[in-house]
Amino acid sequence: MIVTSVSIFDIIGPVMVGPSSSHTAGAAKIGSVARRVCKGKIVEVDFYLHGSFAQTYKGHGTAKALLGGILGMSPCDERIRDSYKIAAEQGIRFSFHQVDLGDVHPNTVKIVMRDDRGEKHELIGSSVGGGKILITNIDGMEMEFTAEYPTIINKHLDKPGTVAKVSSILARYDINIAFLKVFRQSRGSLASMVIETDNKVTPEILEEIQAIPTIKQIMFIDANGI
Amino acid sequence: MCHFNHALEILNLCREHNLSLPEVVLRSEACETGRSREEIWSLLENNFKVMEESIMKGLAPDIKSVGGLIGGNAYKLKTYAQNDTLSGSRVLKAASYALAVSEVNAAMGKIVAAPTAGSSGIVPGVIISIKEEKGLEVADAINGLLVAAAVGKIIAVNATLSGAEGGCQAEVGAAAAMAAAAAVFMSGGSDEMCFEAASMALKGLLGLVCDPVAGLVEVPCSKRNALAAAMALTAADMALAGIKSFIPFDEVVEAMYRVGRQMSPDLRETARGGCAATPTALAFARRLLEQDNNL
Repeated sequence: MIVTSVSIFDIIGPVMVGPSSSHTAGAAKIGSVARRVCKGKIVEVDFYLHGSFAQTYKGHGTAKALLGGILGMSPCDERIRDSYKIAAEQGIRFSFHQVDLGDVHPNTVKIVMRDDRGEKHELIGSSVGGGKILITNIDGMEMEFTAEYPTIINKHLDKPGTVAKVSSILARYDINIAFLKVFRQSRGSLASMVIETDNKVTPEILEEIQAIPTIKQIMFIDANGI
Repeated sequence: MCHFNHALEILNLCREHNLSLPEVVLRSEACETGRSREEIWSLLENNFKVMEESIMKGLAPDIKSVGGLIGGNAYKLKTYAQNDTLSGSRVLKAASYALAVSEVNAAMGKIVAAPTAGSSGIVPGVIISIKEEKGLEVADAINGLLVAAAVGKIIAVNATLSGAEGGCQAEVGAAAAMAAAAAVFMSGGSDEMCFEAASMALKGLLGLVCDPVAGLVEVPCSKRNALAAAMALTAADMALAGIKSFIPFDEVVEAMYRVGRQMSPDLRETARGGCAATPTALAFARRLLEQDNNL
C-alpha cells in the first residue's frame, strides 16, 4: 500500500469509540462515505464482508459501526453501540453477509444501498489500519481515495480536454488539487476522475463542472465528519 | 524543511537545525497539513484530555467489556500496586493505566487510538504515569506525545500499524516503541536514546501474533497492553543506562514489516490461530455465537 501522507493525528488519534480502529472507526468511516453516495434517504442496505471483516465483524463492533456510518454517526459517536436499534427505529432494513471479494485488502466491505427514490448504489471500501480507509469502487467504477480531503468524483467520456476543463474551473475558484487520479475501463469509453482538494468545494463549482458536456455524472464526498 | 520518513532523517534534522525532537515533529506537521502550531498543540491537548478521561473511567471497579471477558482488572492492579510489589509502583501504575484504557475501549467507550484502538492503553499508560510520578507539566506530556507520534509515523510509512496486515507486533509492538521513546524523552534522555529504546521495545515484541479470542479486542489484547507498557518502561531504562540496539530503528521497522508479511493470515486478526484457536477460546466463541443467534 502506498501511504501518501501520515499526520501525527493518524498516530495519536483518532478519538474514537472502541474497540478497534480498523474494525470500528474505519468501518464507521466507510459507512459515512457510503451514506454520502446516496442522494436520497437510505431505506435498505446490505453489507458484504470480506476477510478479517467477515471473520470478526460481530466482536469488533464492525457491523454496528458500518451501520452507524450509514446513519451519519462519526467514529467518536457513542451511539454507535446502539446503531441496530436506531436503524430499526428509522425503518432501515439492513443485513450482513460473509463473502469472498477476491484479491482485496483483508478488511474490505462491499455496501449495496437502496434509497427512497428507488436508486441503487454500491461502494467497496477497505479499512487499512489505524482508522484510515481507502474507497476502491463506487457503482462499478474502479477508483482510489481516502476521504480525508473534500473529494470530487466524476464519470466522464474519455475524450481529450476533460481533465483540463475541470482543473481550470477549480483554478478559477482558487481550489488547490491535492491528488488527481483518472481511471478508465477502455479507451474512448466511460472513465472516472477522482479529485481530492485542499479547500472546500461549493455547490456552484460542482454545477459548473457538471455543465461540461463530456461530464456524465458528478458526486461530491465532503470529508467533514468522516 | 522538516519532512521525515525515517529515524535517521529526523535525527539529522534535530542535529542540523539544533532543534528538539518534538519541535521537528511540530514543524513537520505544520508544514504537511497547513495547520498552525497553536492548532496542532491544542488538538494534542484535547487528545491528551480524552486519554486522561479514559484512564479515570477505566479504573472503576465495575466496568465490563461488550464481550464480557474483561473489566475491573485495572482497578485490581491499581489497588494492589500500593503494596510491596515485585515490579515496583511506577511500572504497575503504567500497567494499570494501560489496562484501564483498554477496558474502556472494549466497552465501546471513547478512547484515543495510539496508534490503534487495540493498542490504545500503552502510550497514555506510560506517558500519564510518568507525568504523575515525576510531577511534570501537561506540556511535558504533550512533548512526549509528539515523540511517540514520530516513532509511530515512521512505522506507518515504512511498515504497517494494522494487526490484520502485520499481526499484533504492528499494533502493540508499535505502541510499545512509541511509549518507550516518549518515556526516554520525558526523562531527559538524548534524541538517539529515544530511538534506541524504541528499537529495543519493538524487537522485544517482534513476531507477536494477533489472535483475538472470538474476534473480540479483549483477550489477549488488554493484558498485552499492560505488559507492553511495562516493557516500554524497561526499554526506556535500558536506553537511559546507555545500552544501544545493535540493529538501528529503521531496520527493525523493516524487519517487523517482513515478519508481518510472512505471518499466516490465521495469525493476523482473523481469530483463527494462537490464543483464539485454543479449546477455551473456541468454546467461548461457540457460546457467543449461540447468544448472537438467539438475539
